[in-house]
Amino acid sequence: MSMLTSLARVEAAAAGRARPLSQVRHRRLAGQPLVIVPLTLAGDPATPVAAMTGVSRTSPRLLVVPQPRNRELRLEFLTSLAGTVLGHIAARQQTTEIIPAARNREERHRYADAPQILVPNRAARDYLGLLGRATRFQQTDGPYAVDPAIPALGKWLTFFAERADHPGSALLADLTSMLAEHWATGQSPLEDSSLAAQLAWIDPPPGMTGLQAALAAEDPLRCPPSGPATDPGFDQAILEPLIRSYDRAGHAGSRAGTSRATAEITAAFQGQLQPTWDDMWRAIALLRALPETAGATRRWGADRDSFTSFSSYLADGGLPQPRRDHAAGAAARLDRLERAQATYDTERAHEDPFILAELRTTGEAFRGQVISADPTRTGITPAGRTVLRPRFTIRTSDPVRLEPGRALISPARPRQQVQIAALARTAAGTDIVLEVTHGMGTPARPTPGAVPAIGEQLSYTLDPGFFTLRVYPPTDQTPWTHGGPPARPPADPAEDPQP
Amino acid sequence: MTETSQHDPADETRLVTAAVLDDMARPGHRGVIVDSPPGAGKTTLVVRAATQLAASGEPCIIVAQTNNQVDDLTVRLARQDQGRPLGRLTGTDYIPPAAVLTLPNVTVATTVDDLSDSAVILGTAAKWAIVKDRTWGWAIIDEAYQMRSDMLLLIADRFERALFVGDPGQLDPFSIVETTRWIGLPYDPMQNAVTVLQAHNPDLPVHRLPVSWRLPPSAAPVISGAFYPFSGFRAATAPGARYLEFAAAGIRSSADATLDLAARTGWALHELPARHTIRSDPEAADAAAGLAARLLARHATGTCERHPGGQPLRPADIAIGVTHRDQADQVRQALAQTTPAAAPIRVDTANRLQGAEFEVTIILHPLSGRRDATAFHLEAGRLCVLTSRHRHACIVVARAGIADLLDAHPSDEPIHLGVPAKFPDGWEANHAVLAHLADHRAQRQ
Repeated sequence: MSMLTSLARVEAAAAGRARPLSQVRHRRLAGQPLVIVPLTLAGDPATPVAAMTGVSRTSPRLLVVPQPRNRELRLEFLTSLAGTVLGHIAARQQTTEIIPAARNREERHRYADAPQILVPNRAARDYLGLLGRATRFQQTDGPYAVDPAIPALGKWLTFFAERADHPGSALLADLTSMLAEHWATGQSPLEDSSLAAQLAWIDPPPGMTGLQAALAAEDPLRCPPSGPATDPGFDQAILEPLIRSYDRAGHAGSRAGTSRATAEITAAFQGQLQPTWDDMWRAIALLRALPETAGATRRWGADRDSFTSFSSYLADGGLPQPRRDHAAGAAARLDRLERAQATYDTERAHEDPFILAELRTTGEAFRGQVISADPTRTGITPAGRTVLRPRFTIRTSDPVRLEPGRALISPARPRQQVQIAALARTAAGTDIVLEVTHGMGTPARPTPGAVPAIGEQLSYTLDPGFFTLRVYPPTDQTPWTHGGPPARPPADPAEDPQP
Repeated sequence: MTETSQHDPADETRLVTAAVLDDMARPGHRGVIVDSPPGAGKTTLVVRAATQLAASGEPCIIVAQTNNQVDDLTVRLARQDQGRPLGRLTGTDYIPPAAVLTLPNVTVATTVDDLSDSAVILGTAAKWAIVKDRTWGWAIIDEAYQMRSDMLLLIADRFERALFVGDPGQLDPFSIVETTRWIGLPYDPMQNAVTVLQAHNPDLPVHRLPVSWRLPPSAAPVISGAFYPFSGFRAATAPGARYLEFAAAGIRSSADATLDLAARTGWALHELPARHTIRSDPEAADAAAGLAARLLARHATGTCERHPGGQPLRPADIAIGVTHRDQADQVRQALAQTTPAAAPIRVDTANRLQGAEFEVTIILHPLSGRRDATAFHLEAGRLCVLTSRHRHACIVVARAGIADLLDAHPSDEPIHLGVPAKFPDGWEANHAVLAHLADHRAQRQ
C-alpha cells in the first residue's frame, strides 16, 4: 500500500467516511452488465445452492437448488444458469465491426459489444471459474449425459475467469475490487471484501458514520453475506430444516410437499440474496457516476477482441480449455499478463492524477519546471547520421528515483518520448536533463513544440514502450529442461489476442 | 565437518571443481548443477569451465542475468585466456564499459553472426532469448537461481548441454503479476530455473562448493547454519587471519561501541529503541549513515590474506544494505548531508547487492520497526544476501523487538500440493540470525 493510500485510509477512519482515491474509472462498465450473485453449499466447493442473476435491478431472476446433493437438481440449476449466461452472450454476437489493417496486423472483424459479468467480490469471481472447471468437461452423451448448454457454460465461465486475471480487463469484474480502486475506507482490505461493509463506508445511511454503518452491516440478519459462502447461522437454523422437509416430502412421494418446500427454500434464499442484489446496483450506480477514461475504452476493445476470438474458437468446435497449462502455454500467459500489467499501470498513471501523485511520492514520476532548453542540439548515430537530439532540463523537488537512460513520457505530451540524459541533485532539488528521442523531427525540419518552453510545468513518468511478445517453443518441442514434449499434446485453446 | 576442516580450503575447492569438470567431460548427463554459497568462487569456476571447453574446441556460450554480470565475466575470462577470441553479445542500445571495450581479444556485437570467430560468446539471458536457429554444444548459465524458468524455456534450444551455477540461498526471482494458477506444476514459470530443471531431471549431478573465500570465520558458520542447513560450508580463512583496526580511538558513543564490537567479533547489532515506524525510518537511516561516517572518520584498516600489511578502508569497501528503494534513497541523503566523502559507499537494496562483495557492510534489518512480518520481509534470501556480503564485519541496524514481532507472526503461508517445502523457512532463518545477533548487541550509551 502506498503512502497516499495509507493516508487516505487513516483519514477515512478519522472522518468516518471513505475518501475518494481516484476521480476517473479505468474499467468499462457495460450499459447492460449481467449481475450474478452466486451462493455455494457450505463445506462443498463447487456445489451451488442459489444464484440471483439479471441485467436490471428491478427484475432479478432467482435460481435455487432445493436439494444441492441431488445431481439432477444441480444440473437443472446449471441449465437455467447456462440459459441466462449463454443468452446474454449470444445477444452480443449480433453486430460486428471491421477493424482496418494496422502495422503487423491484418484487417479483422470484431464484435461491436461484449458481455460483462459483475459479481460482488473476488471470491465470487473465483467461484465462477470453479463452476466453469466443474462443468466444462461434462459429457453430452453416454450414461451421464448432460444438456449441451452445461459444458458450453463451463467453457464460457472458464474464459471469463481466465480473462479476469488480465490486468484492466472488464469482461468479468468484482465490484468490491472496483470500488476499492476508487475509495479508501477506514477498514482493512480484508473487510472491504464484504460489499455491504464497504458500501457502508462509501455511502453510509443518513445520520450514521461509516464505522457505525459498517458495524451494522456485520450483522448477518440485517446484511446477509455477499457470498459465495452463506451465513452459518442461516445454514443451520433455516436452510437445513427446509432441505430436510424437502427430502421428507420427496420420500413420501408428496408432490405438493416438495413444491411447498421448494417455495420455502426459494423464499429463504430470496431473503439472503435480495440485500446483496440491491447493494450491487448501488455500487454500479456509484461507479457509473465516475467518468470513464480513454484507456478504459481501449482496453474494452481488447476485451472485445478476446471475446470475438474465443467465440470463433467455439464456433469451430473448440475443445474445453485444458485442466492445466503446458509449460510454454504457462510461460506465454505469464509474459502476456506481466506486459499487460506494466502497460495498465503506466496508462492509468497518465490518465489519473491520483496515481501520478502516488508515483511521485515513490520516485517513479516527477513534476517540475523547465529551467533550460536546447531545441537545436544534434547528435550522431552509430551509422554516422546527424540527427536532432534536443535537450531540456527540468527542476523538481520530488524524490526522483530514476536512473539515466530511462525512457519517460509526459501525460501532457504523449507524442514526445524522452530519455534521462543526466541527473544532478542540488540544494534546490533535482535537475533532470531530458533528451527528446522520439517525435522531435529532423535537423532540417524540427517538429514545432517538440521541446517545452522554459517555465513550463510538466510531469513525467515511465514510458511503457512498445513490446513484442516472446515466442516460446511449441508444445511438441518442449525442451528437455522442462520435461520434453508431453505424451499427449493437450488441446490448445484460443490465445488471447493482443492489442 | 571436523574432518574436512583439516584440509586446505584450496584443495577442497579444487576437488569439487575437478569433479564438476569430470562430469562435464563425461557423456550421459545433459546438465550439471553447482550450488555455490556466498563468495565460494563461483566466477572462478565459470571461468575455469569455459576455458576448459574452449581448449577442447567445444563451442560454448555463457549466459548471465544482467549486463553487469556479463561484463564482469567477460573481463575475468579475457584476462585468464588472453589468446582466445571472445564475443560479447549485447542489446542494440547497451554500450559496455571501457574495461570490456578495450580488451584486445573481445569482439562486441549485437548479432551472433558477427561473432562467428569467437570461442566463447557471452550475453544476458534476455539477449540469448532472441537468438534463433543456432545451437551450441555447451552453455554455462551463471546465477541460474536468479533466472526464472520461463527464461530458461526460451534459451534451452540454444545448447545441447549446460552447466548451471548459482547460489540457492539468494533471493528468488519474482513477478509483478500475482497468481496462484501454476503453483504445484513442475514447470511453474514463476519458479527459478534450477528448481524447474531438477523437477524434470532429478538425476542431474549436483555439486557444492565447500568453502567461502569471502565470509570470515565469524560469519561462515552463522550463515551456513541459518541459510544452508543441509549443505553447509566453512570459511577459507582461519580465525584471526583477518582483523579490523581503528587508527582513531572511539569516543563514548553508541556508534563507536558498535564499531568496536564489530571489529572485535565480526558482528554487531546496533539496536535502536523499539518503535513502530514507517518504512523509511529516519532514525534508522541516520544511524546507518552515522556508522558509515564513523567507520571512515576513525580510519579503519583491514588486514587479511590479500593485504597482509593492512589496507585502509575506503568508502568503496563499505556497503549499506536495505530492503526498499526509498530506504536506500533516504540513507544516501543522510550520508550526503553528514559525510560528503562517503559518496562512493554503495547504498542499495538486497536485490541489487546480490553477487557483490565488500569489506564491511551495514544493513538495515528488513523487519526493523515493522508492525507485521510479511512473506516479503521474512524471505530467507533477503536476509541471506544482506548478511553475506562482507569480508570483515557486518553491522545490523534494527529497532528492538524483532524477536517478539516474529513470535507474533509465525509463518502462515499456505502449503500447496506438489510444491516441495523450501528450506530454510524465512521465519526460522530470521530467528537463527537474531539469536546470533543477540550475543553481539552493542551497549547503548
